[in-house]
Amino acid sequence: MIVAEKKPIEEIIESLKGRKSILVLGCNECVTVCEAGGKKEVGVLASALRMNALNQGEDVRIDEVTLERQCDREYVEEIRDVVDQYDAVLSMACGVGVQFTAETYTDTEVLPGVNTCFMGATEERGLWTERCQGCGQCVLAVTGGICPVARCAKRLFNGPCGGSTGGKCEISKEVDCAWQLIVDRLKALDRLDEFETVFAPKDWSTDRAGGPRKVVREDVQE
Amino acid sequence: MMRSMEKGADGVCVIGCLEGECHYNKGNLMARRRVEQARKLLDAVGIGADRIQMFNLSSSEAPQFVKYAHEMTARIKELGPNPIKKVKSEAA
Repeated sequence: MIVAEKKPIEEIIESLKGRKSILVLGCNECVTVCEAGGKKEVGVLASALRMNALNQGEDVRIDEVTLERQCDREYVEEIRDVVDQYDAVLSMACGVGVQFTAETYTDTEVLPGVNTCFMGATEERGLWTERCQGCGQCVLAVTGGICPVARCAKRLFNGPCGGSTGGKCEISKEVDCAWQLIVDRLKALDRLDEFETVFAPKDWSTDRAGGPRKVVREDVQE
Repeated sequence: MMRSMEKGADGVCVIGCLEGECHYNKGNLMARRRVEQARKLLDAVGIGADRIQMFNLSSSEAPQFVKYAHEMTARIKELGPNPIKKVKSEAA
């Protein structure tokens, strides 16, 4: 899932300064799971914003809606009848949702309420870690299911590097060396011989460096 | 907690089980973190963190409950009314 974290309320208050009507727009998907922008967080933030406005003596209308998703047109359309009532929408979705909502409602300002961080997994409640950078050409089949793109600080394909010590990366003693994990995993799978396979250079044209990407699936298009 | 403060409550007292003795295992510890989060938000919006406080009690500690209630009441009296209530009454 996409992992995000809440922006500091001081930053949100500053970004909303001067707006007289605000819709706090939550998302029921990834940001709900990582407890940054779901219905519960929308309720808490909207309540705090209303109190701030009242305490400042400002007459500001702050409403709450949480959509099933903000990255699908059919759900973003659900606020079409009400969006004109607001000076600004504070989207609690990931950066995708913020942009998609802004593209859908071009006459209304759409602001972000969370910082979008990465694609990751829930290790435990309150702890999320990165697993994928969406490079567009998955190599997990040959790396024992451990991604050197997302989990090696240098994105090496021929690691470990000299900075690997005791299974940890030189950037932090808390960060596992991805290549140590790969070697250990291949060994456990009795596939360590594959570690010596020389790969062709990775095709990075599918990565972010080529600009914004798109996926076209004619077989599912209407 | 936030809704209560928004509606004009002068303070909110959250009482959980004794630490380590919660029927829901970590429920009271998690509640304490939520309380801390709410306190930070209330500070950021100018209402003041001290209006919310968490205490831990067992169900058989009535005298302790009374002590905490008095403690909270004294604190709220010192802080005065919730500023939101004042703004709302002036607007009405």
